Amino acid sequence: MKETLIIAGFGGQGVLSMGKILAYSGVMQDYEVTWMPSYGPEMRGGTANVTVILSDKKISSPIAHEFDTAIILNQQSMEKFEPLVKPGGVLIYDTNGISRHPVREDISVYSIDATSECAKMGQSKLFNTMILGGYLKVRPLVKMENVMIGLKESLPERAWKLLPMNEEAIKHGGEIIKKR
Amino acid sequence: MAEKEVKLMKGNEVIAHAAIRYGCDGYFGYPITPQSEVMETLMELKPWETTGMVVLQAESEVSSINMVYGGASTGKRVMTSSSSPGVSLMAEGLSYLAGAELPCLVINCQRGGPGLGTIQPSQGDYFQACKGSGHGDFHLIVLAPNSVQEMHDHVALGFDLAFKYRNPAMILADGAIGQMMEKVVLAPQRPRKTQEEIVAECGSWAAMGKPADRERNVATSLELQSEKMEIINKRMQEKYRALEENEVRYEAIECDDADYVIVAFGSSARICSATVEMAREQGLKVGLLRPITLYPFPTKPIAELASRGVKGFLSAELNAGQMVEDVRLAVNGKAPVEHYGRQGGMIFNPEEVLTALKEKLINK
Repeated sequence: MKETLIIAGFGGQGVLSMGKILAYSGVMQDYEVTWMPSYGPEMRGGTANVTVILSDKKISSPIAHEFDTAIILNQQSMEKFEPLVKPGGVLIYDTNGISRHPVREDISVYSIDATSECAKMGQSKLFNTMILGGYLKVRPLVKMENVMIGLKESLPERAWKLLPMNEEAIKHGGEIIKKR
Repeated sequence: MAEKEVKLMKGNEVIAHAAIRYGCDGYFGYPITPQSEVMETLMELKPWETTGMVVLQAESEVSSINMVYGGASTGKRVMTSSSSPGVSLMAEGLSYLAGAELPCLVINCQRGGPGLGTIQPSQGDYFQACKGSGHGDFHLIVLAPNSVQEMHDHVALGFDLAFKYRNPAMILADGAIGQMMEKVVLAPQRPRKTQEEIVAECGSWAAMGKPADRERNVATSLELQSEKMEIINKRMQEKYRALEENEVRYEAIECDDADYVIVAFGSSARICSATVEMAREQGLKVGLLRPITLYPFPTKPIAELASRGVKGFLSAELNAGQMVEDVRLAVNGKAPVEHYGRQGGMIFNPEEVLTALKEKLINK
């Protein structure tokens, strides 16, 4: 098993944290993992992305030029990363703010309207865990119990009271994700 | 046996954990992207409350390297970290440390240059680390980790080698290794050396109070009598020959039957190990030689590969061609040696390196 995933969107959407939760979940499941972020000025308001690799073998390159799965959360990232999904791979996107929907026919495309769902709940901070829930529904590579440990390990202790809410968001994300 | 402590951490964060667990006595630094997490993590962990390790933000890199000089003079295990422009500011201090034969650990989490350049990863400081860290005839011991685990392990290795040879050691990492998170097994906590242990280990040279039964120890690089200075220079050169003889470390991947060998270090080596996998899938006999010590450089193993008939070497680096010079010296004309690199904070991918290998060597 080897999953090479890119998560890409705006800084502030929780892109890097989502990757970290998944990576920690992978550690709990005894996978080898790498988490390689974009860093620097783009994190302060511009685009942000992170490459996460989960594998049952030693990971050679943490840098990838094509991806098994892309989670795309803004239009710039759609332009940049849709062409880089491997044929037969998966593209998941949040429909909010997307002006051009995916066009490729050789990949599986899923949409998840997490932005408006979170707005409805009045909980914009649950956006990234809801997306993660959608991803885990499509690619169930880590067990829910390990995801919860990953979530806990990724959050500072003062935020642990938010764990149940995030667990709900993960479950809900799995329910609202739709295949194209 | 206690259960292993497996964590998910950034390369920069693990440097801080490893230093505390090694029993480091002091860290002096000044923030700079992409290595600021080293001091940030130390400040969060507050080792002064547990092991007694000092963590201090100096007013500049010049100041931090000279604080390291002071700490090292007393036989303490002290360190600093920075990124390329900050390391340039430390050049004078590094020369003085080497001249006074003081052990210490310096981490350079490289970014692109010259000047302020970019904050993205680069390997443009190979020359600086291996050939010109400051004025005068000296070498740093230079380690090149290629994973978060090695970032951890090289803290202990760097300190051990620095004290064994009484010479500054440098971990030459880059923004990619520093910012990347991976699984890491943390070493158990070791106690810091007691004053008695430091006296036993460093009493012959460290300045820590003069007992009645010996002359005073002076930490200095100054010797105005040429006859004496040359003796010091020669002794230092003997030390470097001993390092070259005993401390070369490298990893050879699929080199045994290789027709072509990629030479790469640090983050580049990780990328190139995927290039080797791709090449092998295409039936091309490609191997990877990864120097773990950049100084001392693995000249002999590369020379042996050249003698055994490797048809060409590709030095893949995130710079315009620096280590390639050492590869050429090692190969000594027995086979073509080419360079492939990206600059400016751009990182090559495995496929790109394979294409370069084909264009520059295999299909020539």
